[in-house]
Amino acid sequence: MIRLLLALVLCLTTVVSALAVNPDEVLADPALEVRARAISAKLRCMVCQNQSIDDSNAELAKDLRVLVRERLTNGDTDEAVIAYVVSRYGEFVLLKPRFEAKTVILWGMPVILLICGGVALVLAARRRSAGTPGAPLSDKEKEELDKLLRS
Amino acid sequence: MIIELGHYALVLALATALVQAIVPIAGARRGDRALMELASSAALVCALLVAFSFAVLTFAYVTSDFSVRNVWENSHSLKPLIYKISGVWGNHEGSMLLWLLILVFFSALVALFGRNLPETLKATVLAVQAWIAAAFALFILLTSNPFARLIPAPGEGKDLNPVLQDVGLAIHPPLLYLGYVGFSVCFSFAIAALIEGRIDAAWARWVRPWTLAAWTFLTAGIAMGSYWAYYELGWGGWWFWDPVENASFMPWLAGTALLHSALVMEKREALKIWTVLLAIMTFSLSLLGTFLVRSGVLTSVHAFATDPTRGIFILAILVVFIGGAFSLFALRASRLKSGGLFAPISREGALVLNNLILTTATATVLTGTLYPLVLEALTGEKISVGAPFFNMTFGLLMLPLLCAVPFGPLLAWKRGDFTGVAQRLFVAAAVGLVVAAVYYYVMNGGPVLALLGIALGVFLIVGALTDLVLRSGIGKVAGSIAWKRLSGLPRSAFGTALAHAGLGVTLIGIVAVTAFETETVVEMKPGMTVDAGGYTLRFDGMRQGRGPNYTEETGHFTVSRGGVAVTEIWSSKRLYTARRMPTTEAGIRTFGLSQLYVSLGDPMTDGGIVVRVWWKPLILCIWGGALIMMAGGIVSLSDRRLRVGAPTRAKRPARLALGAAE
Repeated sequence: MIRLLLALVLCLTTVVSALAVNPDEVLADPALEVRARAISAKLRCMVCQNQSIDDSNAELAKDLRVLVRERLTNGDTDEAVIAYVVSRYGEFVLLKPRFEAKTVILWGMPVILLICGGVALVLAARRRSAGTPGAPLSDKEKEELDKLLRS
Repeated sequence: MIIELGHYALVLALATALVQAIVPIAGARRGDRALMELASSAALVCALLVAFSFAVLTFAYVTSDFSVRNVWENSHSLKPLIYKISGVWGNHEGSMLLWLLILVFFSALVALFGRNLPETLKATVLAVQAWIAAAFALFILLTSNPFARLIPAPGEGKDLNPVLQDVGLAIHPPLLYLGYVGFSVCFSFAIAALIEGRIDAAWARWVRPWTLAAWTFLTAGIAMGSYWAYYELGWGGWWFWDPVENASFMPWLAGTALLHSALVMEKREALKIWTVLLAIMTFSLSLLGTFLVRSGVLTSVHAFATDPTRGIFILAILVVFIGGAFSLFALRASRLKSGGLFAPISREGALVLNNLILTTATATVLTGTLYPLVLEALTGEKISVGAPFFNMTFGLLMLPLLCAVPFGPLLAWKRGDFTGVAQRLFVAAAVGLVVAAVYYYVMNGGPVLALLGIALGVFLIVGALTDLVLRSGIGKVAGSIAWKRLSGLPRSAFGTALAHAGLGVTLIGIVAVTAFETETVVEMKPGMTVDAGGYTLRFDGMRQGRGPNYTEETGHFTVSRGGVAVTEIWSSKRLYTARRMPTTEAGIRTFGLSQLYVSLGDPMTDGGIVVRVWWKPLILCIWGGALIMMAGGIVSLSDRRLRVGAPTRAKRPARLALGAAE
């Protein structure tokens, strides 16, 4: 498969061969820059396919990176920065969707499957071990057995 | 003229496939030998016809026959020969033809080597293969004809996408297709078992080598694609959880589960129904992958088939085959009798755990990939599901599985002794922790989780070897006896150990790169230096160059350590002339298992240039581990018991030798 190479290729009109974070964007405070990178990795480049703004070189991604850094320098917490970006661009911008009504199935799928699968396995194992000795004796059979034992 | 012959051969192949799809089934129903035997000859003829058709297209590419639209769109007379050939499958039409070629090739293999298969089973399997082949031949002929002519013929082609002009492209898609399509054989066997209503250990013995072969190719294809993306994209990422990557990863996960459940079925006659279901699911995911990539449904720019008729056609194939297979399963699965009792703590139990987690992981990747599409279709709301989601959910799922892997091979069938096995794995766990501690010391600290990850990787490797050590009795019996025992072990034991150890190696690579990678982004002018991974890079300047169909600017760097020059790195940016398209050719230098990765950015107005330098510790472990896993697959495939075409019992002398060794 040609994977996302083609994504990149078709993005190239906006992209040329520049790459992600440029030296002029980097914040002077290294701790703040680390936070900025971590946040950028969670935000989607809206005009690209499946790329974070940290990886993308599109103009819009650059604008967002600068925006994230501005908010951080103004003293916003990580959550506040993300909330701000979401309020401006919508939830589409989050690469890890929030847990809410419309994403219940998405987040619940692994848990539900593990539980259902586990329960099914336990039940199957029980049925198998319970099933092997054969069906329990009926009352008539018990009587006959008692008779045989007594005689 | 030759082009039309190629086209005609494809039409004939469709006709042959249709005959092969119907007649043998009728033969199997009536018990008519002649009709059943038709399947084998039809499969061979079909393979020859498609091979001829493919050869004709390749010929058109090699001779740059631009009167063929497909060649004109994707080739260029100045392109190096290897990329002219690989360009055949570097586009939608050609890659579908390759898909079909591999499918009929596998049918032909079944026809040739399936002599000792029960007649009716073989006839039914080949017929099911032909259903798939006919569907795809029809798809190519009706919607994606690679032989369409262009009149008048243009003088020069539009060239192949520059990022695709790489050795990686020459190898990656065929490997991936060999894997994808290889699972079609497992699918056909599963469908045949359902149609016949009969399934036994011999069936599993036949399905397992095909699963192993397909799995090995798919592993190679995915690893190759990952490495290709790593060096070609220029930002050093190796896995992006891109929908197209997921499309190949899901069949791999399901195939891995199938590999393990087929083992239980072959050895213990248990999990029959589940194995059949997994075989169906694995190929269904391969078909789904083909659909996702070919239809453009991902709204993804890299789906090069934007024509909706193609999408609908593949969707129809998908619905008919997957829907049909599952309906057949629902109708007939109850006929298959399952047997083989086992306690929860046993080899079977461990393999069931493996299947539970791998299937859940597959479903998680599937949900994550399709969720945005489905949600948008149903409610119009747009959300994204990207790497952070997959890393978290998939990572959490893999953790217990990875911890359990070394236990599996050590547990006995039917009823295992958990405490005993845990004691035997004590050394492996201790070695893991010691290595992690040493790594901590060498790296001057590091996140605890990453160190535990490294320890887990080492535990996997040593744990895999522990199985071999225990089974051969190394350290307990005299060296010569241990050696005899070791060489007497079945190949599949070595295959298991290699594959599990490879998994550990890959894990170590992933953890090391994720936690200890360094990235430096600087603007450099000639003479300036930058440090990475204990090395110093000096930027010496830029140089202009010219290739057969591109121009390039190359930056030269001298790498030194402790003031002594050790090597040099060239990193370039290319501009492909035909499409005016730029690419980044990263400069990569390997030190042991780690790499320095240098990629050039934009030139600045003051004469400097943006340079990105990554130190990627132990990154080669990621793909090296995949290579070891593949080696495991190949070694296991060479096991006498599983050898394709020799599923009969081992011959007497071999058994005597084995007996003597034990």
